[in-house]
Amino acid sequence: MVNRPGIGSALRHRSGSSKRIRIGSPLQLLLLACSFALAGYAGMRLLADDWFQVALWFVGAALVHDLVLLPLYVAADHAAVRAFGALGHRAGAMYVRVPAAFSGLLLLVWFPLISGQVADRYRSVAGLSGDGFAARWLLITAVLFGGSALLLVLRLRSATKARPPAAH
Amino acid sequence: MARSTSFPVRWRSPLRGPWFTSALGVVLLAGITVLFVTGLLSYAAYNPDLSPVNDKTPDKGLLGFYLFSWPTGPYWLYRLTQGVHVTLGITLVPVLLAKLWSVVPRLFQLPPARSVAHALERISLLLLVGGALFEFTTGVLNVQLDYVFPGSFYPLHFYGAWVFFAAFVAHAVLKVPAALRNLRGLREDEGLPRERAGQLRAPHPDPPTVSRRGALWLVGGGALLLFGTSAGRSFDGPLRRTAVLTPHGGADPGSGPGGFQINKTAAYVGVTARETSGEAWRLVVTGRTGIVRLSRAELLALDLHSSALPIACVEGWSTSDQWWRGVRLRDVAQLVGYDADTAPDVLVESLQSHGAFRRAALRTNQVRDARSLLALEVNGEPLTLDHGYPARVIVPGAPGVLNTKWVARMTFGEL
Repeated sequence: MVNRPGIGSALRHRSGSSKRIRIGSPLQLLLLACSFALAGYAGMRLLADDWFQVALWFVGAALVHDLVLLPLYVAADHAAVRAFGALGHRAGAMYVRVPAAFSGLLLLVWFPLISGQVADRYRSVAGLSGDGFAARWLLITAVLFGGSALLLVLRLRSATKARPPAAH
Repeated sequence: MARSTSFPVRWRSPLRGPWFTSALGVVLLAGITVLFVTGLLSYAAYNPDLSPVNDKTPDKGLLGFYLFSWPTGPYWLYRLTQGVHVTLGITLVPVLLAKLWSVVPRLFQLPPARSVAHALERISLLLLVGGALFEFTTGVLNVQLDYVFPGSFYPLHFYGAWVFFAAFVAHAVLKVPAALRNLRGLREDEGLPRERAGQLRAPHPDPPTVSRRGALWLVGGGALLLFGTSAGRSFDGPLRRTAVLTPHGGADPGSGPGGFQINKTAAYVGVTARETSGEAWRLVVTGRTGIVRLSRAELLALDLHSSALPIACVEGWSTSDQWWRGVRLRDVAQLVGYDADTAPDVLVESLQSHGAFRRAALRTNQVRDARSLLALEVNGEPLTLDHGYPARVIVPGAPGVLNTKWVARMTFGEL
């Protein structure tokens, strides 16, 4: 493990003078300068053809993820937890969360195939059928939710049996 | 507590914290390093410095510093390196998403920068996050033939990888010591100083619905699910059937000798049965002693040899070994005046009217290898049109696109 007393002490050293612009660790600055130089060298080539579109994709990927995709699934998750909380079974949210996360993950990664938007190209390029991806994804999703529901029922039943009758 | 008030109140998951982020970070450190190395190897496997026709990023400059002559052994080399590259990339998607989720509150932290170095680090994080998502997105789209990205896949994915890697190395150097300390020194954040944990941990967390360990299992389960539905497409037969959502997964395209995966069909690249017929097709071989024209029947009359070799595609799928039969490339070179041991490079041209690799160059070590064939048959039968009839190249260890189908011309000599 690398010990970097320089960074910590540099920050602490300057923490007293709050009005001055702080520089930070010189080691960190050097490292970042090095990183930016290499990124610039490759970036010039990356942006050589259609700089605007490529930059849009590069920055857009981060923005779409951080400001659209992530808030969406966080909100969906909150809603699920709240709904189960209202039913008095907050921990039960896991039984929806897990299959939904897995199914959503498969949809996210294989969206072009599942949505059928590349089906024609897939058939003409590779000679393979592009149909059936949506059906298989739905089938997997059904198995995931079905398995989760079965598990929930089994857990609830064993919990009911374990409880002594007097407790009712 | 200044930092607590700077922490956006809407991020209330009790899972976030240094232990969770560190665990995911260490997995990505190892995984992305493997992705980067296998990606660089894939570029080297094309032998881009051999001929401009093999190089889709000719402006690479110093970024091609490491290139070397791609070997022909082990014969499954590219099948392994590229299978690992693509399958591991797909598998790491949930780990990347979870890692980004675990640190997202820091995107909104106030003040935006504590120092010049910190400001630069945050700009570097844009290259890191944008680069990671750009690389994963272009890769995942490309294997599904969804060419919506702006430009050719090769330069975007190659130069994008270097931009990303520059930021990745800086991030790793700055964070790995702390990550290892977090993982070693504490279990699920017990005993971590409040001010350090507070950077990631929600100040007023909701009550937990799952433990951090449980959340890691969820991430691991997602990775396992993607792996389980993808990895099988590196093998023929029952294993391929397990790759149910992945391109070139599922059932084999047929049951006969030619019933294995096709990268590009004849129809797609504009090759017709008429131009490959016995009357129309001639192989034109050029070399030191001039030009030789051969019909398929004349090729079949030459010394034929067999090789069991796979097809391995840059898209990450591959076939099991197929039994190819044809004329050794070094024997073809002999027809135009070269000894088998001194056979030079060769430029191979296909009948296909379009496609990025309708011309491809092979290096001397590939030409001289006794397993490299101009194949005429596969699995005991003549090649099918989609597998390159009348004749195709098959070279051990090389990417599929260098195994030119529907060969029309072979030009031996210094390229």
